[in-house]
Order: sequence, then C-alpha cells, then structure tokens
Amino acid sequence: MSLWLEILISALLLLGSGFVLIGSLGLYRLPDFFTRLHGPTKATTLGVGAMVVGSLIFFSAGEKGLSLHELLISLFLFISAPVSAYMLAKAAVLQELPLEPKTRGKPWEQ
Amino acid sequence: MSRLLPHPAQSLLLLLTWLLLVDSIAFGQWLLGGVLAVIIPLACNRLLIEHPHGWKPLKMARFLGMVVVDILIANFQVARLTLGPVKKLRPAFIEVPIDLDNELAISVLVSVVSLTPGSLAADLSLDRRTLLVHGLDVPDPQAMIDELKLRYEAPLKEIFPCSPM
Repeated sequence: MSLWLEILISALLLLGSGFVLIGSLGLYRLPDFFTRLHGPTKATTLGVGAMVVGSLIFFSAGEKGLSLHELLISLFLFISAPVSAYMLAKAAVLQELPLEPKTRGKPWEQ
Repeated sequence: MSRLLPHPAQSLLLLLTWLLLVDSIAFGQWLLGGVLAVIIPLACNRLLIEHPHGWKPLKMARFLGMVVVDILIANFQVARLTLGPVKKLRPAFIEVPIDLDNELAISVLVSVVSLTPGSLAADLSLDRRTLLVHGLDVPDPQAMIDELKLRYEAPLKEIFPCSPM
C-alpha cells in the first residue's frame, strides 16, 4: 500500500474518531436532555461515515479487490438513528422533562 | 405492477443490499439475492405503509446528495457549537407547518431533519400537519422554519406527488 493511501486512511480514521469524541463531549457538556440528544445523533453521521470510508479504502486497496459492504453500516445507521432519536425526543416531550431556561418555544401538549 | 414484483424499486434495493452484505458478485449470489428480492416484498406486502405512486427516483437521488453535503457542513458547525461556550447557545423549539400528505414523504422529512446536525425532530402533531423541531442554536426561529421548508420540504413535495390519504 502506498504511503499516500496510508496517510489518507489515517486522516479519515482520525476525523471520524474526532467527531465521535465531540459527540460524546456534547453528551457530557450540554445543559438539558434535548440539547444533549444532538451530540450522539451527529456522531453517527460524519463520525462513523468517515471511519467507514477509511475502512472501505483500506480493504479495497488490499489483495481481495473492491470491498463495499461497509457502506451497509452507514445505510443502517442512517435509517435507525433518526428513529431512535425521534422516539427518545417524543418520550421526553411526553414526560415534560425540564428544559434549559433559555429555550424559546416549548413542546406542545396533545 | 406485476403480481410477482409488486414493488420493483424495493426488490432492486434488496438485491443490492444482499450483494453488499455478502461482498461478492458471484453468479450464485445474484441468484440467491434475486430469490430473496422476490420473496421478501411478497411476504411483507401487508406490513408496509402505503406505497407512493409515481415517485421520482432521479430527483430523490439528487435530494439525497444535497442532504449528504448539508450533513457534512452542519457537522462542522455543530462541532464548533459543542466545543464553544455552552452559555452562548440559543436552543429553541419551533413548530414547522408541513403539507406533505404521503406517509413515506413525512418520514423522510423527519429523518432528514434529525440527521442534519443542529436540528432534531421531536414530535409530529396528531393531524400530521405540524412538526415540532428542536434546534441547538437558533438565532431566528422564523428563518429556520423557512429554511427547512424551502430546502427539504419543497423537494420532497416534488419527489412524492400528492396522493390523498
């Protein structure tokens, strides 16, 4: 494997892990339930996405030839992440969890 | 549509998923995937939500491309917000009126809103006319409503032409 390819793969892995780390930091730092939900749902998009592309390039450059099945990880995450985020948020709305005082607007009651 | 293949697009997607899953394009895998692509839609026919008629795959592909670019850009913005001073955030709940009447179109809109960093779909009103969205940092709620409607709802309306519920 050429040096440039290795650098590219490492950069993608670092970028991905960086975004997953930022997502986790968001979970820790942000003030209330709803703002905290933003962190992890984001980590799954660019964070895992960059790692998947890195893995894809690594295995495609190997002896076995083109390898694309990592793409399915991204596909399944893109389908399932919004659903779980929606269910968590809806449960929080129903439970009337405390909001960060500065939040404008409020969840409705229905 | 023919009885054997009630949903050709879905069958094609299943075949592609199978080939990706086994990571091979050997003849036997095409055959096996083909059989699965016929059987699974038939078996799940009754479980599925109503299928949209006359949706436009090409426009959908372009829309998804645009969404991926948006996700990339917004990820960096949200990363900056998360690492920056938390006190400066201006979170807000906004109510976005939606006029999509297709179930699939609404679920795509909800998914896209949640996947784009900075906004999160929290609840859909019972009459399916309003979406409650939580924004991480919203300087101007009305501007955000307009942007969501213009960027995501308008293309979806074209992709899934209106069908009465």
